[in-house]
This record gives sequence, C-alpha cells and structure tokens, in this order.
Amino acid sequence: MVRLFGPLVGLFFAVALLWSFGNGAYNAVTQPSPPTAEALFHKHPKEVAFSFDGAFGTFDKAQLQRGFKVYQEVCSNCHSLKQVAFRDLTQLGYNEAEVKAIAKNWGNKAQTFDPKTGDRGDRPNLPSDHFPPVYYAGQGNPPDLSLVAKSRHGGAQYIHSLLTGYTDQVGYKNGQGQELLKMFPDAKTPDGLYFNPYFANLNLAMPQPLTSDGQVTYSDGKAATVDQMALDVSAFLTWTAEPKLDKRKQTGWPVLGFLLAATVLAYLAKRNVWADKH
Amino acid sequence: MTGEGVRRRDFINIAAVSFAGVGGLAALYPLISQMAPSADVLAESSTEIDISAIAPGQAIKAVWRKQPVFIRNLTPEEISAAEKVDVSTLRDPETLEKRTTAGKTNWLITMGVCTHLGCVPLGAGEGEVKGEFGGYFCPCHGSVYDTAARIRKGPAPKNLEVPPHEFSSDTVVKIG
Amino acid sequence: MSFPWANEYKPTNPLMQWVDDRLPLPRFVYNAVGAGYPVPRNLNYMWNFGILAGFALVLQIVTGVVLAMHYAANAGVAFDSVEHIMRDVNWGWMLRYGHANGASMFFIVVYTHIFRGFFYSSYKAPREMIWLLGVVIFLLMMATAFMGYVLPWGQMSFWGAKVITGLFSAIPLVGTPLQQWLLGGFAPDNAALNRFFSLHFLLPFVILGVIILHVWALHIPGSSNPTGVEVKQESDTVPFHPYYTAKDGFGLGIFLMVYCALVFFAPNLLGHPDNYIPANPLSTPAHIVPEWYFWPFYAILRAFTSDFLFIPAKLMGVLAMFSAILVWFFLPWLDTSPVRSGHYRPLFRKFFYLLVVDVLVLGYCGGAPAAEPYVMISQIAAMYYFLHFLVILPVVSSIETPQPLPFSITEAVLGKDEHATLAPATPAVA
Repeated sequence: MVRLFGPLVGLFFAVALLWSFGNGAYNAVTQPSPPTAEALFHKHPKEVAFSFDGAFGTFDKAQLQRGFKVYQEVCSNCHSLKQVAFRDLTQLGYNEAEVKAIAKNWGNKAQTFDPKTGDRGDRPNLPSDHFPPVYYAGQGNPPDLSLVAKSRHGGAQYIHSLLTGYTDQVGYKNGQGQELLKMFPDAKTPDGLYFNPYFANLNLAMPQPLTSDGQVTYSDGKAATVDQMALDVSAFLTWTAEPKLDKRKQTGWPVLGFLLAATVLAYLAKRNVWADKH
Repeated sequence: MTGEGVRRRDFINIAAVSFAGVGGLAALYPLISQMAPSADVLAESSTEIDISAIAPGQAIKAVWRKQPVFIRNLTPEEISAAEKVDVSTLRDPETLEKRTTAGKTNWLITMGVCTHLGCVPLGAGEGEVKGEFGGYFCPCHGSVYDTAARIRKGPAPKNLEVPPHEFSSDTVVKIG
Repeated sequence: MSFPWANEYKPTNPLMQWVDDRLPLPRFVYNAVGAGYPVPRNLNYMWNFGILAGFALVLQIVTGVVLAMHYAANAGVAFDSVEHIMRDVNWGWMLRYGHANGASMFFIVVYTHIFRGFFYSSYKAPREMIWLLGVVIFLLMMATAFMGYVLPWGQMSFWGAKVITGLFSAIPLVGTPLQQWLLGGFAPDNAALNRFFSLHFLLPFVILGVIILHVWALHIPGSSNPTGVEVKQESDTVPFHPYYTAKDGFGLGIFLMVYCALVFFAPNLLGHPDNYIPANPLSTPAHIVPEWYFWPFYAILRAFTSDFLFIPAKLMGVLAMFSAILVWFFLPWLDTSPVRSGHYRPLFRKFFYLLVVDVLVLGYCGGAPAAEPYVMISQIAAMYYFLHFLVILPVVSSIETPQPLPFSITEAVLGKDEHATLAPATPAVA
C-alpha cells in the first residue's frame, strides 16, 4: 500500500510545485517586478569599531557616561527608556549620590496615583524608579530606546550611521552612481519626513537630532563632534540593551576554559577505556 | 600494562569524573542564586514617609519591603505607661528609649509583623482593638503587645521588630 | 530483551542489594545505560547524538522551570517580565540565553540524530517503532518550540502565533473557527499567551515520556551500528558502561563548549532582532520568519504559490508542510532495501547527500524574504524533497546493487582473520 500510494503522493506534490514554479516563472517573465528605491538606495551601516566589539570587548564607562549625556540632553525629549532604572546608572561609574541627584533632577517626573482620593500627580524620581515614559504628540512614534541596539540589524553601528547619515536627497547617488530622484521621481521625501539612506525605507519622521559640534557639552573634555556624540550614544544604547554584556563575557571565558580542560580529560579517559578494543 | 601505566590511567579517569562533578556543582550556583531577591527588589529597600499628619494617639501603616510598618505617635500617657514597666519582667527586655530615636521618643516605628508567625497585629488602624496593654493585639494566636510594642502575653517570642530608620526632617522618616 | 552474554547486575554494596530486592531501579538503570547493556563496539560519533538530545531536554526543563519562576504570562507584562529576567534576576540573563540557545542546540542535535537515522536506515525492521516514536518526539518538540517562542511577546512572537495558527484556517469549513478556538480570540492575546505558556510547560514532560518509550523500544533489538549488520556474537559488543559513557562524556564536552560559546559570546546570533520589539498588533515586521529550525518547513509552506486543480495554494502549502514530516512515518516501508547502512549502498548514498544539500537549501530559502529567486529555488528544492522520500527511495531500493557486507561487526572492526572466524556465531535473543 505504502509503495503504491507513496509515489503517487510524491508525484502529486511534485506536479503541484511544478505548477507553482511554472506560474511564477511565467509571471517573472511577463510582469517582472520593478526594482524598488529601497532595494537600490538603502545603505548598510558604516563599519565603525566599538570598545565592546568581539569576545574580549568591554564597555568604556567614560564613553557610556558621555552617551548618557547625549541621551539626556537630546534623545530623551522624544524617546523613553523604560526598561532601564536610574539605579542601573551606577554601572556607568556614577556613585549612589550622583545617581540620586540624576534621578531627582530628571526633567520628566514620576507619575503618582493615590488610590484613595483618585488624585494623579507627580514626584521626583528615585533611584529605584525606571526612567519615566515620554509621551510624544507630534508626527511619528518615537520608539522606546531601551532595546533599540538589539532590535535593529547592525546594532550600535546602525544607530551611529542613522544619526550621522542624514543627507540632502536632491542629487543623492548610490554606490553605482545611480541618482535616486532621477530613477524614482516619486520617491521624493514627503513633507514632515526626512531623508536618510540608512533607514529601511529611506524616509523617517525623526529630524536630524545631532546637528552641530558642541551640541552637548562633555565634562571629560572630549571634543563633542557630531560623529563622537553619535558614537557615544550608540555605545550607551548598547549598554541599555545589554547591560550584562561585560559580565557575560567575563563569565564566559572561565566557563569555556573549564570546559576545554574537562573535554580534554574526557577524551583521554575515553581513550583509556577503549585502549584494549582498537 | 605496567603498574605505573594503570595508575596514570586511573588518575585521568578520576580527574575526568571529578571535573564533571565540579562542573555540575558550579552549574547549580546560578540555579540556586536566581531565587534570591532580584536587583529591583533590593533597590526598593528604603522608603521615605511623611509623618506630619499623624496626631498624637494615632498610627499609620506604611509599607517597607512589601511588609507593613506601624508608625505611631505616642501620647504622653502611653509613653509613661511604657516607661513604668519593669524591664526585667519582660520576655524580651527592652526600654522604650532603646526602641525609639533620642528626642523623638513619641515616634514608635515597628514592623507590623507579629514575631510569632507573621500575622499583622491589630491596633494601628482606626478603631482596631489594641489589646489589654494598649499597644497591639494579634488576632491569629492572641499575642498582646504594649505601648512600646513589646510582647507581654501570648505565644510571640520577641517584641515587634524596629526597622532601621532615621528622621530626614521633623516630618519625614526614612525607613531602611 | 538483551543478548545472552549481557552482564548481570550484582550489587556489591549491601544497601544497593537491599534497594534492588525491593525496587529493582538500580538493576533497571544498569541494564539500560550501564554495564548490563551490550552495545555494538563499532558505533561512531554519530551515535552520540541520542544521549546529547536527552541532555538537551534536561537542560531545557531545568532552565525552563527556573525561568517560569520569574516570567509572567500576561500580554500586558510578558515582554517586561522577560526584560526583568535579563536585567534584575540574579543570573537571569544567563538562564534566559541558556534556554533560548538550548532550544537551538536541541534542534541541531536532533536534526543530526535524524539524519544519522536516514543514512544508516536506522528505521528499518526490527527498529520501526523506535523510529515512529522518534518522529512523534520531533513533532512534539516543534510544537513546544513554537509555543516557547511566543512567550516573550515580541513582534516575532506575536506574528509567529498569528501566522502559525493561521495555517489551521486553511482547512476547509472548520478552519476559521478552529483558529479562533486555538487562540481563544480573533487574534493572539492573553488567552493565547496563557494557554501557550501552560502547554509549553506541559509538553516537555510529555516528550520525556515518549523518550522513555523510544529508549525502551531501542532496548528490544539493541542499538543499530554503522555496518547495519546485526550483532551476532559477544565479540561484536561492548558494555555501554564504561565504553559508551566515556565516549558520550567526551561528546558532551564538545556539545557544552559549542553551547557555551553561543550563550556567552553570541547569544542573539540565532535569534531575530525584531523579537526585541514589543508585540504590536497593528504593524507586521518587514520580514517575518520563524526560528531557524523551522526554516526548511517554512520554505515548503511558502513554495506553493498557485492554486492547484481545485485546491487553494494556501491549503496546498499547509498540507505539504505537514506531509513533509508525516512522510517520515512511512520511511520503514518506503525504503525496502535489505541493506541498512549507506556505507554499502552507493546509489542511495548519493541521493542521501543530495537530500542533505536540499534541506540546507530549503532552510536558507525559508529564512530569506519571500521574493525571487528564493521562492523558485525553494519550489525546486521542495520538489526534490518529496520525490526523494516518496519516489526515489522506493525505486533506488529496488534497482540498486549493494556492496558486500562484512560478515560481522567484529570483522568490520578487526579485519577478517581474527576473532570473527574463531568465535561461533551466537544468535541474538529477540
């Protein structure tokens, strides 16, 4: 029975697939789908190096503090950071008192609700609070940035490229020398959106956030160029997405070393046991 | 096979099994440690409470580490009742002075957790029974505490615990 | 249940003797994975993967039970509770990465185990029942893994739940009510998340039960081996312990190194970034793909793009995807060659390697966007997949001339002129 029906079923699926294949091929020839502006002009993130790259990389706390400052002064106007708590900032090298002051002075207050009176109000943030939500009424939906470095292909490099990638759409050419608006006149950026070839569909609602050198004043003397600020905030957002990165790698090496030794011993033991059987 | 060769083999086999054992035990550590309080729970280990609205003779229930804390503004009569007791007769001998902050003896701050089996004693809420010693009364098993929240009667072994606290100002106390 | 020369359990410790007299559990273990189980002496490293799969299941149950202590199966807080595990719970990041990558390792190991079975025809008589139970385990694993991926309630979780339950809506007449019944609503929400959590917790223990049956069935004829020649004599076997416990220990070390390299240095390599975006019922991710271990089957699902005869393309895709696994149930009767091992079947071997490449191609296409050329490639690859099992295998087993088999396992290991010809052939007790 199996040998009779098996091949029949197999042929049934094969013919159905051939039919789909034929239809697809026919459509591909008769109605080839035109290339899209996104496919031709979307750029992959720029290759930049970060201190936390690779199996030995760790966060640079000074850079994270600078990046936090960029977040605080620029990004936090529109973007929330709700998975992160103020107390987590001690990992950036701030002491308890500094964290307490940062929380207390944070512009956006913690919201309170009195279940007895029904009154809503606010109070200064405490170290144990998460960063308060940011509500944005304008165009677009600024995403929460807590996990942005893990939820985008390219991670920190993508964030850096996006922040530094704003450019004039008129006359924009890709690597092959094709000019966007000549090939796709309809792809002109609509009003209220901004052109950025590193964004998946080339136009995004966020205006260029880092516009001029020195926009943020660094307390450690580092020159706050646009590129440096973009790098620093990308590093900071990598930390917010993966705060245990350092601990993870620090744990990983001894574990792997132990396992290597154990595996070598296991191999030698296996050879011992099998010595008389080969 | 020489005797020495056998010994070397045994050593390697024992070492391999030992490594497996050590590895297995090490893997238990995170599995056990994950059940300990997490970072967010530990971070909420201090709380600040406004006590300006508590009139003498009144008490409020606050929350610290997800447990009730009684903050009581003792009246002069309650203070003197507590001070009159001969400490040596108590099950858990402590003076009111020792249980309160100097200069603020009227502020009695204790955990609202009976030291017997953890029920919340009555006496802090408005209209609740305070028990025969005018402090707290635990309805679960009948422990009775006096105006310094010391155990006077019933099965509880200890006085109500005084949590670590300090006065940030005259009207705000920080617990924890 | 075993060969007549199997060692008998004779406890030296009086306590063990006492226990064994009252509850023969020590004897049971001894005969199952101890010195009392004679195993062919020629097993290669492909035979490590059964034990490794068992280890992976235990790993998943241990990390999973622990994660369940912190996870909250509620659509409002599930995503945040996973981040709570990652940030605040002691070692939570390690446990969660360990569980997510443990699932990948489990599938790597099980796929290797299955393809080992394909190559050495481990499904052939008298081992059909082991194979059938194995396919059941694989189906249960897929269900468990799918529901586990929904739990973090990210974008891929949500849309995965929607798309996979949408498969059932392809069934004529009862499809849409069935999908709504599965979800407990019109779209994935609290009801679906809660039942998926419940079942995700339950199914691993069901898998454990089927594994016990799988191993029980294995111990009736004993393990197969790379020659495919049955055990004939005592010199063909060695006791499981210490020979294969030692070999499996080494294999476990390699497994753990690969696993820990993933967990500690590339924990998100096999995941999809979109699942770090909280579920949003109003916006579908640009490229929605399942986890990598479903890609070959996902490619088969998507390969059907045109209605065929009177059957809608959607239904064809669903039928084909389920058939792609169900066909394994019929393997023992599709491949009728008397020779088991691919080592002695030159033509079969070529098609086997073609199947490996074919499944890798299907996997690649399944992970790629649903666009050309991937769809057309997956159509060709899916065609080969079905033809391989349902047409090529029966034909090859009829027309192929196998190469000569060794007389015995011992002969295969030690060469022709030694123990093999000296020892009288003892038939195995079936």
